[in-house]
Amino acid sequence: MAVIPVSRKPLSFAERTYIPQILGGLKITFKRMLKPAETMEYPEQRPEIPKHYRGVPTLVKDPNGREKCVSCQLCEFVCPPKAIRITPGEIPLDAPTGHVEKAPQAFDIDMLRCIYCGLCQEVCPEEAIFLQNQYSMTGYTRAEMVNHKDRLYELGGTLPDQHHKWDKKKAAEEHGNAH
Amino acid sequence: MIAPPKPELVTVNIDGKEIAVPKGTNVIEAARLVGVDVPHYCYHPKLAIVGNCRMCLVEMGMPAVDPATKAPVIDPATGKQKINWIPRPQIGCGTNAAPGLHIRTNTPMVKDCREGVMEFLLINHPLDCPICDQAGECKLQEQATGYGRGYSRFIEQKNVKPKRTQLGPRVTLDDERCVLCSRCIRFSRDIAKDDVLGFIDRGSHSTLTCYPGKKLENNYSLNTVDICPVGALTSTDFRFKMRVWFLKQTNSIDTESSVGANTVVWSREGAIYRITPRRNDEVNDTWMADTGRVLYKQVKADNRLTSVKINGADSGLDIAVNAAAELFKAGSVAIVGSGRSSVEEQFLTRKLATTLKAPAHLVSRVGEGDRLLISADRNPNVRGALVTGLIAALPSAQLTELAAQIDAGKVKTVVSVGEDLAAAGLSAAQLAKVAIVYLGTYANETSAAARVVLPTLTVFEKGGTFVNQQFRVQKFLKAVPGAEGATDDLVVLAKLVAAAGGGSVPSEINTLWKTIAAEVPALGTMTFANLPETGLLLDATPWSALPFAEGETLHYKPTKAAQLVVGS
Repeated sequence: MAVIPVSRKPLSFAERTYIPQILGGLKITFKRMLKPAETMEYPEQRPEIPKHYRGVPTLVKDPNGREKCVSCQLCEFVCPPKAIRITPGEIPLDAPTGHVEKAPQAFDIDMLRCIYCGLCQEVCPEEAIFLQNQYSMTGYTRAEMVNHKDRLYELGGTLPDQHHKWDKKKAAEEHGNAH
Repeated sequence: MIAPPKPELVTVNIDGKEIAVPKGTNVIEAARLVGVDVPHYCYHPKLAIVGNCRMCLVEMGMPAVDPATKAPVIDPATGKQKINWIPRPQIGCGTNAAPGLHIRTNTPMVKDCREGVMEFLLINHPLDCPICDQAGECKLQEQATGYGRGYSRFIEQKNVKPKRTQLGPRVTLDDERCVLCSRCIRFSRDIAKDDVLGFIDRGSHSTLTCYPGKKLENNYSLNTVDICPVGALTSTDFRFKMRVWFLKQTNSIDTESSVGANTVVWSREGAIYRITPRRNDEVNDTWMADTGRVLYKQVKADNRLTSVKINGADSGLDIAVNAAAELFKAGSVAIVGSGRSSVEEQFLTRKLATTLKAPAHLVSRVGEGDRLLISADRNPNVRGALVTGLIAALPSAQLTELAAQIDAGKVKTVVSVGEDLAAAGLSAAQLAKVAIVYLGTYANETSAAARVVLPTLTVFEKGGTFVNQQFRVQKFLKAVPGAEGATDDLVVLAKLVAAAGGGSVPSEINTLWKTIAAEVPALGTMTFANLPETGLLLDATPWSALPFAEGETLHYKPTKAAQLVVGS
């Protein structure tokens, strides 16, 4: 490869004294002193999270406390880094949500693999998985960094349900055939 | 071999493409031959045609002829013969190809028909796809992407039907999902000959049900699950276990009898989830028995042998093979091969037998055939042992000859390739009298009594071939990795042959087939790689005089010699 020698521009007299640069820096310092602070004392102070922030993926329950996930495994399928692992299971017929038939036995998200892309939330047909405002995941071991089902529900909490699909289903079942 | 008679061909025109098809082919099959998909639910190539789903409506027409002169009417615009199109659409499944038949599947009328049928089917169909086991292989789901409207105009209350009916011990019915195609009814009536299913009530109340007091419990009930185009019939065993799109499909062979039904093994990450039939028009059509579908559970059985043992103590493979070689040096060895081993394993067993100059025995398992897909011979590969020359005559169920030789002290060492000698009639005293080298997958009396235990693989963990009752060589492939501690049968057998002084034989299946082709005349032209998926028929004449146990099954008629035995 050809070598191209580049000559460095020599410093001017003013630059060699450093005075203009020092004054320039002090100007910024004094300007900032009068303005409110931009940084905060983390972790005592926490930033306000923007509305559609994509934080740690979590599982949510509907307002009746029913777990919304039916373990369709679409998130497991779509997850680019294969962070999600679901073991599907059947809900017994006599359980309060027996009409939903299916729920996850186990639901693990490996947060060391998760890339916070939000595809799981986008693909979920039951609106059961959301990337909410939780942004800090720490742990001392790899095992600690895997969120199990109970932890995911603890992080997710309850979100309002727009559709009440399964409630309508149950109402129709109780109502029976209209004709 | 006698060539089959050439079918009479008729030329039809499908979407402008001319194709000659055998007479009697219906329009759906003819269209499939030119690569045109005609969507359908009730039609199944192996079942009677009813034409009740109306999804396969297409436009049809015949070339115009002058009624008086019978001369072709030429369309002046194109200069070709004019086509008289039938003004209304016709069902493709119920129409056979006729000479000159013209079919259009891509016109607005056909699209309208399909969209109309789809809208009616989806009116009462539940939004169950996230919890439905059929999702991913559901015809309704597939056609909904092509012909569904994406939203429902139906504002009335949806139909409510039972969701978890147990039709039988293995089949669960979700009535809401049923599209009333009646495939399951026709299968039970015509193929399984167990006419227990039917529709009751009319209109949107129509429900699939069992005849009162009966259950769908015949040994072919799970085929109804396979042919159900939607998720109405689901397998109770596979229900909610895994979504189908995660599963890897591996071609395999059903080992429960000498029919050798072609199967697909569905596995994910080394775990098998289900077994379904694979279409082979010469063997099992598209069916298989329920009993063959649960065989995958033997892979993770509790009594799997997982460690090499010498005199009951854990050991290593090479040490154990050397220990076996020490036993071989004393001479007086007998070998018990197996009708459950693959052709390759039987070939190596024969090598071992000839190297040691040991007599080879086989154990037969004869039950009752069900005249469909389970034959009387419950060994999948007795004919493989005949073809490879491991045995010359048909085996018996009891090893009486071997027992007599042990009692007489003529046999000091017995090598058993997967056969439980105690179950085959050897007493505990006889087992204790000889040194046993046991290759096998499960712990049993023989493995407990064995001097050397060499754990091997189940049929799902290895590749190989079986020769079925028609003398059809069929191959099965490795679906899941072998269990920890177990070694491929071919590796163990090749090591034993080498230890016995038979020289080095390949244990890799493709390389081994070169040796097999060179030494077994009947398999001379074959390699493992080029064996077709539907199998290859061998010339059975050298063995036609043997009285095989099989009676008549689907696509199989016993030879005369066998018929005499079955009839007597």
